[in-house]
Amino acid sequence: MNIQLQILPLLSVLFLFLVAPVVIILAVSFWDYTEFSLIPDFVLTNYIEIFESGVTYSTYLNTFKFAFLGWLFTVIIGFTLAYFLAFHVRTLRWQIILFLICTIPFWTSNIIRMIAWIPVLGRNGLMNSLLLELGVISEPLEWLLYSDFAVILAFVHLYTLFMLVPIFNSMMRIDKSIIEAAQDMGANSLQILINVIVPLCLPGIAIGTIFVVSLIMGDFITVQAMSGGQSASVGLAMNNKRALLQYPAAAADAIILLCVVLGMVAILMRTINIRKEL
Amino acid sequence: MFSKNRKTSFYILAAFFCLFVFFLYGPMFAIITLSFQGPNGGLTFPMNGFSTHWFSKLFQEQRVGDFQGSFSRSLTLAVIVMVATVVISLSAGMAFRKKFKFSNSLFYLTISSLIIPSILLTLGIGLLFDRLGLEGHWYTSGLGAHLTWTLPFGLLIMFAVFNRFDKSYEEAARDLGATNWQVLRFVLLPIIGPSLVGVGLFGFTLSFDEFARSLLSVGSKNTLPLEIFGMTTTVTTPTLYALGTLTTFVSFSIIAICFGVIVILEKRKKKFGDDSGKGLI
Repeated sequence: MNIQLQILPLLSVLFLFLVAPVVIILAVSFWDYTEFSLIPDFVLTNYIEIFESGVTYSTYLNTFKFAFLGWLFTVIIGFTLAYFLAFHVRTLRWQIILFLICTIPFWTSNIIRMIAWIPVLGRNGLMNSLLLELGVISEPLEWLLYSDFAVILAFVHLYTLFMLVPIFNSMMRIDKSIIEAAQDMGANSLQILINVIVPLCLPGIAIGTIFVVSLIMGDFITVQAMSGGQSASVGLAMNNKRALLQYPAAAADAIILLCVVLGMVAILMRTINIRKEL
Repeated sequence: MFSKNRKTSFYILAAFFCLFVFFLYGPMFAIITLSFQGPNGGLTFPMNGFSTHWFSKLFQEQRVGDFQGSFSRSLTLAVIVMVATVVISLSAGMAFRKKFKFSNSLFYLTISSLIIPSILLTLGIGLLFDRLGLEGHWYTSGLGAHLTWTLPFGLLIMFAVFNRFDKSYEEAARDLGATNWQVLRFVLLPIIGPSLVGVGLFGFTLSFDEFARSLLSVGSKNTLPLEIFGMTTTVTTPTLYALGTLTTFVSFSIIAICFGVIVILEKRKKKFGDDSGKGLI
């Protein structure tokens, strides 16, 4: 079979639904608009307005904060889980079973998984009831749900898997004789972890970081649902402009966000060769 | 680390793992339980009786949005996306085994499809159809939007599969005079079959649950996740949880079916793929 024919379906889908939409967004970002219509034009006002607005910077700062904290927790939790699965679970059978237990929620609805926090974190939720019962607090905590805390909790809940899988993959590829060699030279578990395992897992961590950071940077739905509309993110701001039919403004936002995300990913990509890691 | 006896570190890590699993599944079980609230029960514990009241509410006409319409649309779309993802990923995955011009560019384009912010993509697809004077539908623009999300996963899995694939099986078949089609049908597909079911699982579930890339791309008729999200602001009864339970049940069923098929395929592979110990025929 010839190669052109084999890649044609993939290429057409990507061209029609990825390249073309990005091109049209780029074009529209230079358009003018009124309350009712889009005016094809070439103006820089959409970009100038974004860069002159203080809101832009605070929104980006908030989004970076979410991305950093989300990344920090997913990398710590993901690494610990992967380390347990790869080096402490002894049989392949159990490794697969436990790995799948972590994976299954990924195949269920994100929206439902967010809604599921309501009865747990809400004002009359399980967490507050428990803490009241134990006498830790005297009145319900308000910041458990609809807060930045809830947003980051949801990110960790939704995206830890994206960190776990590539790190676990890296760990499983580590040649056991390297670790044995370190043991023979007298290294203890902690030294092996820091000097052997972590360096060899860096590609996995980089891939996980690409996933988590780009997902959080572009997110709007988690922030909206979990902060109850009280917190801002770049994606959410863009969606609000879109809802006000300010398409060119939203498009300019989108292009800037795309540049930021691609820039971050490009830096991370320099450190690894994804195709070799699979 | 590899000593005979379990160390304390094992137990600490095992406890951490259990805690994580509890964190992962706890909320889900909370809403599954709460969806069986009695007719007078609310959105939080305690349980006020036990009933299937909220489930029957779901099926009453138009009480909670267009549940049945959106459900069947999402199910149909998920099946289409599943089939398309398997076929397109397999085809492209096979192409990537050989060197071809721009293969790296195509690979990075596929990766971009994964990391591009969903809101941007859905906005772009909406604008594109609008500007072309086409009306978007879940089975056209919506289908395309979902494929931009499922295909990268499908292709990454195909890479992982083919990186571990022993080419000598195909060469042996060719030496014995098999045609390209026969190699595909009798050698390649039986060996990678289980992985293809995995690709299908990703295709189905990611599409069935996709919210962000559906938002502006599915046209006037909502898919299920959009309907559910709309309900989070309007519905303040456990019907919301009943819907969550039902969707989760669908997802779990699909996962179980796929695992079942994978196990069967692996067994067949073992049975037919190896005749060692049977002596000379």
